[in-house]
Amino acid sequence: MTLKASERMKIPRQHMPEQDPGQRATNFGEVNFGLACEAARTEADRCLGCKGAKCIGGCPVGVDIPGFLGALSEGNLDKAADILFDANVLPGITGRVCPQETQCEALCIRTGKSEPVAVGYLERFVADWAREHRTTKVQHPPATGKRVAVVGSGPAGLTCAGELAKKGHQVTIYEALHKPGGVLVYGIPEFRLPKKIVDSEVEKLKQLGVRIECNIIIGQTYTISDLLNEQGFDAVFIANGAGLPVFLGIPGENLKGVYSANEYLTRVNLMGAYRFPESPTPVIDAPQVVVVGGGNTAMDAVRTARRLGASPATLIYRRSRQEMPARVEEVKHAEEEGVTYHFLVNPVEILGTDDGWVRAVRCQNRELGEPDDSGRRRPIAVPGSEFEVPCQVFIEAIGTRANPLLTQTTPELKVNKWGYIEVDDKNMTSVPGVFAGGDIVRGAATVILAMGDGKKTAAAMHDYLLNQD
Amino acid sequence: MFLILDAQWLAPGIRRLIVQAPHVLRHHQPGHFVIVRVAPESERIPLTVADTDHDKQTITLIVQVVGATTEQLCNLETGQSVLDVAGPLGKPTEIKKFGHVVLVGGGVGTAVILPQAKALKNLGNRVSAVIGGRSKDYVILEQDLSQHCDAVYPCTDDGSYGYHGFVTGQLNELIADKAQPVDAVIAAGPVPMMKAVAEVTRPHGIHTIVSLNPIMVDGTGMCGGCRVMVGDKMLFACVDGPEFDAHQVDFDELRDRLTAYRTQEKRAWDHKPSGHVCKCKVAEVPS
Repeated sequence: MTLKASERMKIPRQHMPEQDPGQRATNFGEVNFGLACEAARTEADRCLGCKGAKCIGGCPVGVDIPGFLGALSEGNLDKAADILFDANVLPGITGRVCPQETQCEALCIRTGKSEPVAVGYLERFVADWAREHRTTKVQHPPATGKRVAVVGSGPAGLTCAGELAKKGHQVTIYEALHKPGGVLVYGIPEFRLPKKIVDSEVEKLKQLGVRIECNIIIGQTYTISDLLNEQGFDAVFIANGAGLPVFLGIPGENLKGVYSANEYLTRVNLMGAYRFPESPTPVIDAPQVVVVGGGNTAMDAVRTARRLGASPATLIYRRSRQEMPARVEEVKHAEEEGVTYHFLVNPVEILGTDDGWVRAVRCQNRELGEPDDSGRRRPIAVPGSEFEVPCQVFIEAIGTRANPLLTQTTPELKVNKWGYIEVDDKNMTSVPGVFAGGDIVRGAATVILAMGDGKKTAAAMHDYLLNQD
Repeated sequence: MFLILDAQWLAPGIRRLIVQAPHVLRHHQPGHFVIVRVAPESERIPLTVADTDHDKQTITLIVQVVGATTEQLCNLETGQSVLDVAGPLGKPTEIKKFGHVVLVGGGVGTAVILPQAKALKNLGNRVSAVIGGRSKDYVILEQDLSQHCDAVYPCTDDGSYGYHGFVTGQLNELIADKAQPVDAVIAAGPVPMMKAVAEVTRPHGIHTIVSLNPIMVDGTGMCGGCRVMVGDKMLFACVDGPEFDAHQVDFDELRDRLTAYRTQEKRAWDHKPSGHVCKCKVAEVPS
């Protein structure tokens, strides 16, 4: 039965079933449960199937959104999954962590008239259905005989590896940590992206023939030159991430209890500190935690602190709520879980006890002035507005800078003044056959932008490899 | 999995493990460290590579029992394996012709100066090593060092062997010997020792390098947990170090930061499975 557009317009946006906020603030289980099949098909019915659908242009990996929603609406889940996987090798991940509200959903024709189609919910639904109900149809394309090394197993590396393997190239991913996934495992918490989802995506790549070698630090264990000249790789994709945490540079940052968000999240997510002492890596317990920053990493850190028992777990951000780069859903979820926000506030000093532990953070109010380079109104200090927020752990989530480990041993690799790798319009670096993408090129960004880079670069690398002889 | 070809106690609570790790050898230089995980649930621990053998494709790790994880590692025997060895990491030691170099090793820190002694001697330096322990049993690697050094000066706190007193006392005597002026000092060991060495050499303006051992998680620059203040700069020991100008390091802050997990270390120590037998002969809870 085909619905008329007017009928589709009448269907309200389906709600994502969630774990109760009071309960989830005490555990690391996933917040969103996912739509039931009926609700998913109803939501898919809301898509008007526009010709020249704008939503596709909003997707960094170009998913045929009306295509997979149409198949879902017809109840043809297999077809929906085929369409989705064709453009996106990691839909179970992007369905959970993409900022859909600023991408596909922002461009949905329904936006403004009613609520946009919940593309993210449906992407997640189809990916989860496929994971649970479909035995992966591994199609091994004819081997090209070309070998590619991928540096880093985060979203850019996994995507690039998957796309290249689908074309018949032999891909080896090198990961510096002991577990593949990059930011998906060390950064994004279990309650937002269960690690079994990442494991299953990695497993799928392995079935495609991708090899993953952990504990290999390219730039240290092997150099780029080793990979090309001695190990016989025909091309390399560098996607080792942004890396080094930036600190505010205020007094008190070396007190015990001050963390970068990277360290705090790595301890809890990758090393399992929330299960201490069963998992032996510890994290400092604190009744009161303050996190500074307004992005997804800050949200992840403050919600993690809340789950580890902090009350209050407070987030301070120098701009206002509207300027926060974090996903809208995270900001809402955190608030429901009891996270306290202080907007237009910046820390100026971390105060310590006599024996070197954090006891409070001294903050100062900000007011918004003229727009700055980012187009957002610049926060200006309000003199005399200082106040203290008591805390025993203070976490800084204010960004990262380029990791020098790889670039310093590859001097021929051209970098910009911030240390990020320079690439051409095909994402090739100054070294022929060496490509780069993700945060090490663009600076800290999102999972999906990194995946977009991985996909675009894989296509360019494929051309390069075929034209090599 | 990385096979342990040999495991020996060098001193109570200090174990030498010779581990097959061919991938670490390729770009290894003195001063590099590796990150080791013993088993699937283990912490990541940074350990300096104390020696290498390209024929046997091995690295030597010297480990002191300071907590639950290091004890787990030290309890491994010849023929067993460690799960992960990642590296080499960090910046290598500045190896050049200094003239007369004095290497100072305190306790397990003596492991750090062994590869440096070798490399510095190969470049034609006069190399002296001052190595300390609380008593004779705790002075390690004297034989190994004497193969590469012009002179080795063991020191013990209790006078049971060699120079009676701290390594700084012996170092002062070497500096006072005008016949063999000291051109550079490299020190590795407990933070108070490294701080004391820095204070000994500072008035003489002797170029002094220390190898720092802050708390680390990933070892690749990602977490910033190993940050140290060097002059007015915040540097990361894993990617900017672990060796720094001793006269610029804020040792007091480093020492304090090393105590951040005392409570948890005690809990992890107490959490060990029942029936656990301590092999290291130092059944002391980390203080």
